[in-house]
Amino acid sequence: MSFTFTDDQRQLADSIARFLADKYGFEQRNKIRKGDGGWSREIWAEFAALGWLALPIAEEHGGLGGTTVDLALMMEQFGKALVVEPFVATIVLGAEIVAKADPARAAEILPQVAAGEHLLAFAHSEPNSRYDLPRVSTMATQGDEGWILDGHKAVVLHGDSADTLIVSARTGGRDDERDGITLFLVPGDAEGLTKKTYPTIDGMRGADLEFDGVRVGPDAVLGEMGHALDIVEGVADRACVALAAEGVGAMQATVDLTTDYLKTRTQFGKPLGSFQVLQHRAVDMLSETRFAHALCYRTAGLMDTVGGVERARAASIIKAEIGRAGKMVGEEAVQLHGGMGMTDEMAVGHYFKRLRLIDVTFGNAGHHLSRIVGMA
Amino acid sequence: MDVVLSPEEEAFRQEVRAFLAEKLPADIAEKTGNGFRISKQDHVRWQKILHEKGWIAPNWPAELGGTGWTPMQKHIFDEECALAGAPMVIPFGVTMVAPVIMKFGNEAQKERFLPRILSSDDWWCQGYSEPGSGSDLASLRTKAVLDGDHYVVNGQKTWTTLAQHADWMFTLVRTQDTGKPQEGITFLLIDMKSPGISVHPITTLDGSAEINSVFLEDVRVPVENRIGEEGKGWTYAKYLLGHERTSIAAVGRSKAQLRKLKGIAKVELAGGKPIIEDPDYARRLAQIEIDLLSLESLVLRTLYAESEGKPVGAEPSFLKIKGTQIQQGLTELLMEAIGPYAAPYQPEAFRDEGWNEEPVGPDYGPALAPLYFNWRKASIYGGSNEIQKNILAKMVLGL
Repeated sequence: MSFTFTDDQRQLADSIARFLADKYGFEQRNKIRKGDGGWSREIWAEFAALGWLALPIAEEHGGLGGTTVDLALMMEQFGKALVVEPFVATIVLGAEIVAKADPARAAEILPQVAAGEHLLAFAHSEPNSRYDLPRVSTMATQGDEGWILDGHKAVVLHGDSADTLIVSARTGGRDDERDGITLFLVPGDAEGLTKKTYPTIDGMRGADLEFDGVRVGPDAVLGEMGHALDIVEGVADRACVALAAEGVGAMQATVDLTTDYLKTRTQFGKPLGSFQVLQHRAVDMLSETRFAHALCYRTAGLMDTVGGVERARAASIIKAEIGRAGKMVGEEAVQLHGGMGMTDEMAVGHYFKRLRLIDVTFGNAGHHLSRIVGMA
Repeated sequence: MDVVLSPEEEAFRQEVRAFLAEKLPADIAEKTGNGFRISKQDHVRWQKILHEKGWIAPNWPAELGGTGWTPMQKHIFDEECALAGAPMVIPFGVTMVAPVIMKFGNEAQKERFLPRILSSDDWWCQGYSEPGSGSDLASLRTKAVLDGDHYVVNGQKTWTTLAQHADWMFTLVRTQDTGKPQEGITFLLIDMKSPGISVHPITTLDGSAEINSVFLEDVRVPVENRIGEEGKGWTYAKYLLGHERTSIAAVGRSKAQLRKLKGIAKVELAGGKPIIEDPDYARRLAQIEIDLLSLESLVLRTLYAESEGKPVGAEPSFLKIKGTQIQQGLTELLMEAIGPYAAPYQPEAFRDEGWNEEPVGPDYGPALAPLYFNWRKASIYGGSNEIQKNILAKMVLGL
């Protein structure tokens, strides 16, 4: 568990906050997301130069060996600034899977990732799988010289810009069996791969990927044949915590924007903030944020020390909570901003959209509540 | 959730249903059903079909071109239209300004404006809100100064829905700065083609631009376009707001949304089973159905009281709050129904221009998350739900 931060951790958070305040204000962020590719290669290079891409990667793979708490501190700052760069896709998901699945390949790939020179994406979810991780129907069949992939991967986060896709596919078992799922490393420009790419509603990038007889060599297999699900679940659990930390940052920024607005906007001759009913609602928003923050870091502290059901349960609890609390804070913030909250020019709506889409990434509040109930 | 209908009412329902089956253009119904935007041409096309049948204005007295329907008939009509996928009749003309013109306008104004509202030859918008006056409408500052037989109007209106299409705007303007803020407000009808008017779209959360800022710079408005007396605009506006809030409950539309939601929940899978079988989702669906039934019950009671000539009182505020909560709850369940496919932003798939490509994700998917984000407006517009609660606290509780 983590209830206090070390000096190093505070300095890390402060330095990220300072960098983002300087280079990633709301206007700059909008320019970035509307620009080529939807995110900034320059900013990514600076993240790399500052060591932020290396921080969550283990030392033996060329990283700095940061903890999940360190990762959460970074994600919280990214949430405050609504960072759109492919950090979750490449670092939280991609690098972590490679490291867990195949240390030998990790030693080869991750130094490039940490240097900002190689982008990853995790292609797992499918049109009918929703949030069920074992439900994989993309097929990998053995060919003369390797494997042939066929299937459809849905809403792959930053799947448009990845140099390498990590693709889950069935090499055995059927439908939702735990066994029989294998991971493959597939070049982003592989022949037979059709990408439908799009911006997402919250300003990120996504892609639907159709694999139509995509051929890869025998060395494309990442880790053990048929036993990828444990790794996928572990990485997804940790991603839930990272996304929750991002959500906590977005919630805090949303509360700050809302209280500022309540202080400055006048109606009926008084600032909105002078109306008690609105004060109480702002306090409720802040309260949700404080509780979510505490739970998030407690969970982050646990992630590196526990496994199995305990880890899964902790991850589901924070993801369910961030889904519920993030929705409450986002909806209230828009409501308290009145008509202004509905406009694209105000930042508050963008935080609201990110909070709602964090909920539909790796399982919404309802899904995780059911998962918790199922574990009891 | 059927209300028991009399044989006459049931016959009326069948008549409406048959009319819709025959006359509602399939392309328009399809757009409505998918949550795509309806173009101005489509709206006008449908409204002219209703007008031809004499059914465009259920809220008008029969002698002026209304239908003469009972409240129950109006309710049946709204519900059947929504279930058939008919676009809503744009309310600014028929539902909002027309009753004001009928009650407070002079004969010349009635003759000039009402027929063109009925025939949808004029498209109206509402110029009430201003950047500094949202819920506090009486603080509005757009100024109108009398100059001979014209008012010269200067100011800015905002949140002006569909102003980009409008021929006319009904506005509240300030003609007097002294006294209570409500007392210096005048109700003017402004020709949108007047020199000095400019309309600027406002992009909203969902990426659309249905609302606008309207700038008025030395706009000359003939005195003959003033409704009633100078300085009495507040009274007329309040009369209008009562009308708006009963329709804002939108029971028929919510029923149609619920039906659509159930259809989607039967085909969207979680854990290999339709989400309608998911206990959590099913309970939330059942709760919203209960809420909708209770909303409909109070709507019907209110309409019956109105038909018996009883004052409407505070009911519209209850209906507005509950109605918008249900609408928002439905959009939330719709967005959640498609899971990760809520994320792709595909505006070209739900805008009113033609689009023939396959969307990413299910066909019914692209409009759902934008609908959820867009519908946050419902608890803000038409007097925010907080304002409705203030009204109820005063009127009902005496606090």
